[in-house]
Amino acid sequence: MAKDQHKEKGRVFSRRALMMAGGQVMLMSALAGRLYYLQVIHSDEYSMMADENRMNLRLLPPLRGRIVDRFGVEIASNRHNYRVVLIPEQTTSVEATLDELARYVPPESIDRERVLNDVKRKRSFVPIPVVDNLTWDQFARINVNAPDLPGIQVDVGSTRDYPYSNLFAHIVGYVGAVSEKDLQDQEYDPLLELPEFRIGKSGIEKYYDQTLRGKAGLSRLEANAYGRIIRELNRKEGVPGNDAVLTIDKQLQDFAVRRMGEESAAAVVIDIHSGDILSMVSVPSFDPNAFAGGISTAEWKELVENPKRPLGNKAVAGQYPPGSTFKMIVALAALESGVITADHEVFCGGHTQLGKHRFHCWKRGGHGTLKLEDAISQSCDIYFYDIARKVGVDKIAEMAHRFGLGEKLGIDMLGERAGLIPTKAWKQAVQGVSWQLGETYNTGIGQGYVLTTPLQLAVMTARLANGGKKVTPRLVRSVTGETRDGAVRPPSDQEMANRDIGISQSSLKTVLSGMNKVVNGPRGSARAAKIHIEGWEMAGKTGTAQVRRISRKERIEGVRKSDEKPWEERDHALFVGYAPYDDPRYAVSVIIEHGGSGSGAAAPIARDLLQETLRLDPLRRPSYDIAIRRPAGGEDA
Amino acid sequence: MLRELGAKNVQIPFSRKLWDINWGFVLLICATASVGFLMLYSAANGNLEPWASRQMIRFGAGLILMFMVSLVDIRIWLNLAYPAYFVALVLLGAVEVMGDIGMGARRWIDLGPFQLQPSEVMKIALILALARYFHNIGLEDVRRIRWLVPPLLLVLLPAALVLRQPDLGTALMLVAGAGIVFFVAGVRLWKFALLVGTAIPAGFFAFQFMHEYQQKRILTFLNPENDPLGAGYHILQSKIALGSGGVFGKGLLQGTQSHLNYLPEMRTDFIFSMLAEEFGMVGGLLLFALYILLIAYGYAIAYRSRNHFGKLLAIGMTGIFFLYIFINVAMVMGMVPVVGVPLPLISYGGTAMLTLMIGFGLIMSVYIHRDIDIPGKR
Repeated sequence: MAKDQHKEKGRVFSRRALMMAGGQVMLMSALAGRLYYLQVIHSDEYSMMADENRMNLRLLPPLRGRIVDRFGVEIASNRHNYRVVLIPEQTTSVEATLDELARYVPPESIDRERVLNDVKRKRSFVPIPVVDNLTWDQFARINVNAPDLPGIQVDVGSTRDYPYSNLFAHIVGYVGAVSEKDLQDQEYDPLLELPEFRIGKSGIEKYYDQTLRGKAGLSRLEANAYGRIIRELNRKEGVPGNDAVLTIDKQLQDFAVRRMGEESAAAVVIDIHSGDILSMVSVPSFDPNAFAGGISTAEWKELVENPKRPLGNKAVAGQYPPGSTFKMIVALAALESGVITADHEVFCGGHTQLGKHRFHCWKRGGHGTLKLEDAISQSCDIYFYDIARKVGVDKIAEMAHRFGLGEKLGIDMLGERAGLIPTKAWKQAVQGVSWQLGETYNTGIGQGYVLTTPLQLAVMTARLANGGKKVTPRLVRSVTGETRDGAVRPPSDQEMANRDIGISQSSLKTVLSGMNKVVNGPRGSARAAKIHIEGWEMAGKTGTAQVRRISRKERIEGVRKSDEKPWEERDHALFVGYAPYDDPRYAVSVIIEHGGSGSGAAAPIARDLLQETLRLDPLRRPSYDIAIRRPAGGEDA
Repeated sequence: MLRELGAKNVQIPFSRKLWDINWGFVLLICATASVGFLMLYSAANGNLEPWASRQMIRFGAGLILMFMVSLVDIRIWLNLAYPAYFVALVLLGAVEVMGDIGMGARRWIDLGPFQLQPSEVMKIALILALARYFHNIGLEDVRRIRWLVPPLLLVLLPAALVLRQPDLGTALMLVAGAGIVFFVAGVRLWKFALLVGTAIPAGFFAFQFMHEYQQKRILTFLNPENDPLGAGYHILQSKIALGSGGVFGKGLLQGTQSHLNYLPEMRTDFIFSMLAEEFGMVGGLLLFALYILLIAYGYAIAYRSRNHFGKLLAIGMTGIFFLYIFINVAMVMGMVPVVGVPLPLISYGGTAMLTLMIGFGLIMSVYIHRDIDIPGKR
């Protein structure tokens, strides 16, 4: 019995052990199946996740393209920025290391509080920037003494540099950190997320930002679970940005800025055939380097509160009444519409009556009887009241538009303003009242509602001087290198081909002759500003734009001299001109805010600018882009 | 061959015992442990220091202990079963009173030069005690409920104490290991069904009383991807390591998940993920093959034992070994919740290694004394 039970016990055991083994085989199979599921079926997904884990992509910012003048002088370039960074885990004591570092760089340049804060916040292997913009001397000394400075490393970054400081501030603009708004407005570019990345904020830097920016490189790094970089797996270098070649001649720009002195003024020198802007000045200016590095609140406040508005680019965004410089437009409108001929005569007695209003000539005694040419050269207001009345404001406006006034010219720069050329319809629409004849009188002498920019006046003069061809201004001649998608290119020479604006040569000749007499005639309003070099003679037109109406009382008491009034009440001084008279090549416009009279303040500057332009003659020298294009493409200039 | 020894009170000569050591079994154990050394060598980026060398020393000590255990007469183990169980139970009670805080749970007793983990001792002592109990009672008794009360108490007492530490993993291991012995001893299958049927609702009930971290582990197990940087991070990273290993693996020392520290606890609980990352499915299956051979040896030895105690002891120890493997591997593959169970013979650590080697020693003792007949009490 016991024996049987013993045997039965063994049989039960064997049966149960077999079942147990079967169960364990099933469970092991489940493990093997799971292994197959993870390592074969889903292997690709998990491999990708493993790579995502360990790979760290780091963008390598491309070197920003340079901006050079038409002869290759660097206007905006990249400067090495030698920096000191601190790696906390490699120091024995952060405090002691900073003390030691203070022996090599000015102690005040170390923001201890910020550094110590960063040390606390970041992981101990993350480099923390300590000092920026070291001199080469400091950089070298720290390098030599590296053994005494554990945890201190020097590295080289890149900073935008504007070597001519305020000379090109308004043309080239500046770069700055990417703002929230930039991120929203621009097409997504991962570079924008880099904390140290800088983009164009104004001027050429902004307009050609995509072109100058280049393409980012990529470095693939292997990082462990704590974010420490183990090694670089591979690296794809970026493509540096393209260089932009300006139409500006740096030497001329330099001369122009110095010539304008302390005035609040603007000037534009333009090639009348190609539209190349050789110089564009707006003074006072500012130092764009201050923006690239970050500007202090005090500096910013000073710039904003300065009554001479250094931040604004007066050349394209300043809108002024053109004054008498507008008279060529009025004359051409009258001639072309046939209401007068060049021989049309008007008697100027110093003033003319329209209803209850009396309109004055600038010359109290009057000019006597004048024909058109002399009316231009002596800038007789009575004559232009008369022909403006004859031709009407709408014809004048139509002619103004043909010369580029009252509209944006499409220069490759942001912030350009359109100015204002009034018409009857405009006044009805904007003010809801009908046009008054007196307003036509004011328009006839470039006052009243008329507003123009210095750039528009320069283009107008160029179109007069080149025989009525539609020239368009440009600031960038060319961009070197491959252009990435979506990047802005300057207008090609083809696009710049001038179209005729349909002015008869006889009318033009009369007006140009009048402009010649302004400078070279015996009674010309700018006869004091002659160019005395034979073959370089200048022609032009003065303008004096009232900022404030002259009251009856003031007239009776005698008009005060300009320099007796407070600065901001003085007249704007304008001059537009071109040279040489016989074979026109360059045109210029100058406006001196509250400068007094066009003949006294603006004409001499315009004369000097044109004379210097002719002396340097930038168009006769090979430009940078042609010089560098030739060996590569074999293309002929 | 040793049939003639199948009598009571027969003593096997020492030389005979040495001759009878199952060297194939020993070789398999050494081979498996060597896989562990290799992985620890890799974990130290190609250095024996600090882990592989220490593990080798422990294994060497464990090997000596295993031989010593195997050479002790199985009847002595039979006699020691209850005292050993009693001592282990007292020790478990002692950790309640004087246990040190370790890993947020009381599991250790500080004995000066080394620390004792009574729950590990209990794993062996419980199997010994249950084997003795079922060895002594007849099949008829096994099928009576009242004879099942004492062994159930043998299980539930230590399980409850371990659960209080709290160490859910070890408690489950004790219950499951005991279950195996109950099963092969011939307890009626419907009783198991009844137990499972009541255990599941009881489990839900118990869930309410669990520590928050235990609840979290179970919840995380149900959906690890839900919280990739929180509690599910370990499982997810482990699965990435396994999956990215593919069929042939990334090669020794080339595992990115392990060497870049994405894989947690790669020397201990997650060492299988590291192995499968570096040696792929091929490496994983080869390790399975080693384990299956070891388990098969265990079954063969149990089958060959003429005494019931030996049969139960061998199956019980093999069962514990299997549970270690299954729970660990299933855990790192995301099939069961994360419980702190090491991979036997591979994971870095001394305590589990010692338990295992004693277990293997007992299995070998069963083999050496397979032909000794030990009559039950009844």
